[in-house]
Amino acid sequence: MISVSGLVKTFGDFRALDELDLAVTPGEVHGFLGPNGAGKSTTIRVLLGLLRADAGEVRLLGGDPWADAVALHRRLAYVPGEVNLWPNLSGGEAIDLLARLRGGISPARKAEMLERFELDPTKKNRTYSKGNRQKVALVAALAADVELLVLDEPTSGLDPLKEEVFQQCIEEVRRAGRTVLLSSHILAEVEALCDRVTIIREGRTVERGSLAELRHITRTSISVETDSPPDDLGELPGVHGLEVVDHRARFDVDTNQLDGALRRLSTLGIRSLTSQPPTLEELFLRHYGDELDRAVDAE
Amino acid sequence: MSALAGTVTMLRFIARRERRRIPLYVLVFVVLIASTAAQSEALYPTQAERDEYAATVAGNPGLIAMVGPTYAVTSVGGDVAWQWGAIGGVVAALMSMFIVGRHTRAEEQSGRSELVRASVLGRRASTAATLLVVAVANLIAGAAIALTMLGFGQPAGGSIALGASLAGVGLVFAGVALVAVQVSQSTSGAYGLVGAVLGAAYALRAAGDVGDGALSWLSPIGWGQAMRPFADERWWPLLLMLGVTTVLVAAAFALLERRDDGAGLIVPRPGPSHARPAMTRPLGFALRLQRGALIGWGAGLFFGGLSIGLTGQDADSILGDSEEVDELFRQTAGSLVDNYLAVSLLSMALIGTGFAIQAVLRMRAEETAGHLEPLLATALARPRWAAGHVAVAAAGTVAVVGACGLGVGIADAIASDDAGRLPLLVGSALALVPAVWVLVGIAVALFGLLPRAATVAWGALAGCFLLAFLGPLLSVPDWVMDLSPFTHVPLLPAAELSLTPLLAMTAIAAALAALGLIAFRRRDVPA
Repeated sequence: MISVSGLVKTFGDFRALDELDLAVTPGEVHGFLGPNGAGKSTTIRVLLGLLRADAGEVRLLGGDPWADAVALHRRLAYVPGEVNLWPNLSGGEAIDLLARLRGGISPARKAEMLERFELDPTKKNRTYSKGNRQKVALVAALAADVELLVLDEPTSGLDPLKEEVFQQCIEEVRRAGRTVLLSSHILAEVEALCDRVTIIREGRTVERGSLAELRHITRTSISVETDSPPDDLGELPGVHGLEVVDHRARFDVDTNQLDGALRRLSTLGIRSLTSQPPTLEELFLRHYGDELDRAVDAE
Repeated sequence: MSALAGTVTMLRFIARRERRRIPLYVLVFVVLIASTAAQSEALYPTQAERDEYAATVAGNPGLIAMVGPTYAVTSVGGDVAWQWGAIGGVVAALMSMFIVGRHTRAEEQSGRSELVRASVLGRRASTAATLLVVAVANLIAGAAIALTMLGFGQPAGGSIALGASLAGVGLVFAGVALVAVQVSQSTSGAYGLVGAVLGAAYALRAAGDVGDGALSWLSPIGWGQAMRPFADERWWPLLLMLGVTTVLVAAAFALLERRDDGAGLIVPRPGPSHARPAMTRPLGFALRLQRGALIGWGAGLFFGGLSIGLTGQDADSILGDSEEVDELFRQTAGSLVDNYLAVSLLSMALIGTGFAIQAVLRMRAEETAGHLEPLLATALARPRWAAGHVAVAAAGTVAVVGACGLGVGIADAIASDDAGRLPLLVGSALALVPAVWVLVGIAVALFGLLPRAATVAWGALAGCFLLAFLGPLLSVPDWVMDLSPFTHVPLLPAAELSLTPLLAMTAIAAALAALGLIAFRRRDVPA
């Protein structure tokens, strides 16, 4: 569906994308994560043939997004991160315009989406709030019968109920075997929807894989109560942040060292144990944690 | 007085945001007034010639409808006051409207006023500060106009009366604009309301000036003219204008007290829930976005053409026979009337080029507003999108310049009771179109090649203006004159039609546009 390798894009002296890699396979919902300014929107604009790659290999739906833009765009729909609409047009007119320029839209599907997102299409775009402008773009994209959805932070400004509607829609898209590239800041949304994720930072891919794979290289939180005092756990490889009070211990363990930690615990006699899988939050913090540290140092 | 808390802070802030615009408006006034005074001095060196000119214009109802009643055209000051009494009032009204709109409704529409009002700022503070700024702007403009006339050695009473009359009209329309921004929920809607009042004011005084004068008293522009600068100055209409301004300002504040931030008195009508099929094609959509500009410019040039046609019959006596007249109006062998029509059509085509450049640069505006990205993410090819807008610019040029020719032709037919010259006059206007297209080509090329510098196209138009009107007077070298496409147009109806330059300019325009479209295909969006 999408394969990007070694993508470079510069604006003057600024290297916005620095050998970025991204692979999206057919039928998956792929999370595209990174902090502000990491290059997510720039990557998406290259994928849409709006920006021209300076170097690297970019393939989209089997074609070249720059040279074959028009043919490829018939097969995809896009929701921009910041939806700007013509102020004196109504929302319904904007939806029809975008849909027909792509090749048409089923009126029933449009009506269904308008209803699900509770959007009044007769209002002028200048009177819409940010969330409602976002809905206009979402209705136009989700009502389209396309193979690929490219969504750039599509739920910013939506209320929690519409966020829920959005997640249902994406779930339906996945079941229909269509593909989604979802750039997002909302980790809960990515965890709920995405099969695989790519995390980028400063124009480079820093992590990619399925959520299961990524969890493998992260830590699991363990809270345990044992018969013998669990004093010597700190000597185990991969154990971090150990706190011991009497027979109780709390610690994080590198997920690939989990087996060794559990073996040791079982020799102590486990009375109770809870473990928590790593969240995407932790993944994120681990990759951007040094930025936080730097910020703390600067204070 | 808590409703006015923060007025001083807002006053400083608004004055800072207007620090370049207000001087620019004042400069426009000074240049308009000074150039008319200089022209009037040069065209009629003797009192006898001036008297003959005054008698001619006094007997031309078309001209009177266009600019106003003739009180003292027999002096330079009186001539300036006559020529600018109504149109200068329109300029002052527009200045007031834009200052008021920018700092009241536009701020609310963008949501910025919410941010500002959430701090320690009274409900009335922004509006009060805007009122003070717009009042000062009109005061400065009026003073600058009076000083300009004094600089030409005109009597102090008349000079001050002219400045005061235009500033007074500006103030009344500041009041109208302050009410309009309470009524309409959008800035463009408020401008539309002010424009309607301004149009009605202009039309009422035109009808009154030609008739018995009664209708002119219903028009704020008529009140300004009733001060009769350089004739028998009257000062009480100034009090009338200040009184009406006070009433309008009071009404605006009363409405402001009763409405929500961001709301207007008119609830916006819902739009269609579906788009008409024609609107969703590239050309149709470009036309939908540009139709307002097309209609506005077309109507403006049509009425401009009417005024030229009405004046044309009297060109001989109006223009007199000074050396400057020869330089400007006797560029060809044709009759003086035909030369006058040709040069006037040329100036109208240069003005109409403003539409053409605006239409092309709409592409850049769409790009920077973020409207272009979602369009290009559909199956719309870049050249098709751009071609829609370029087609509107190119065909719109034909319509706008043609409307001017039609206005000239109709007025000429009415004045001479003979419609036989109408096709010739429309054709004369259309012969100027290829020169306008060259500037369309330049703008498209800039948009494609140097998008960030696309506004340089306006500079190219300014250059053409200067060469067309100052070039012959300043004896600019031929090769510089040749840079402007408008140097190469056959000046119909005074000159013979020659197709070669028209075809050459069309080809150059097409080549420039093609270059721009190819470059646009190859560049980043947004760039």
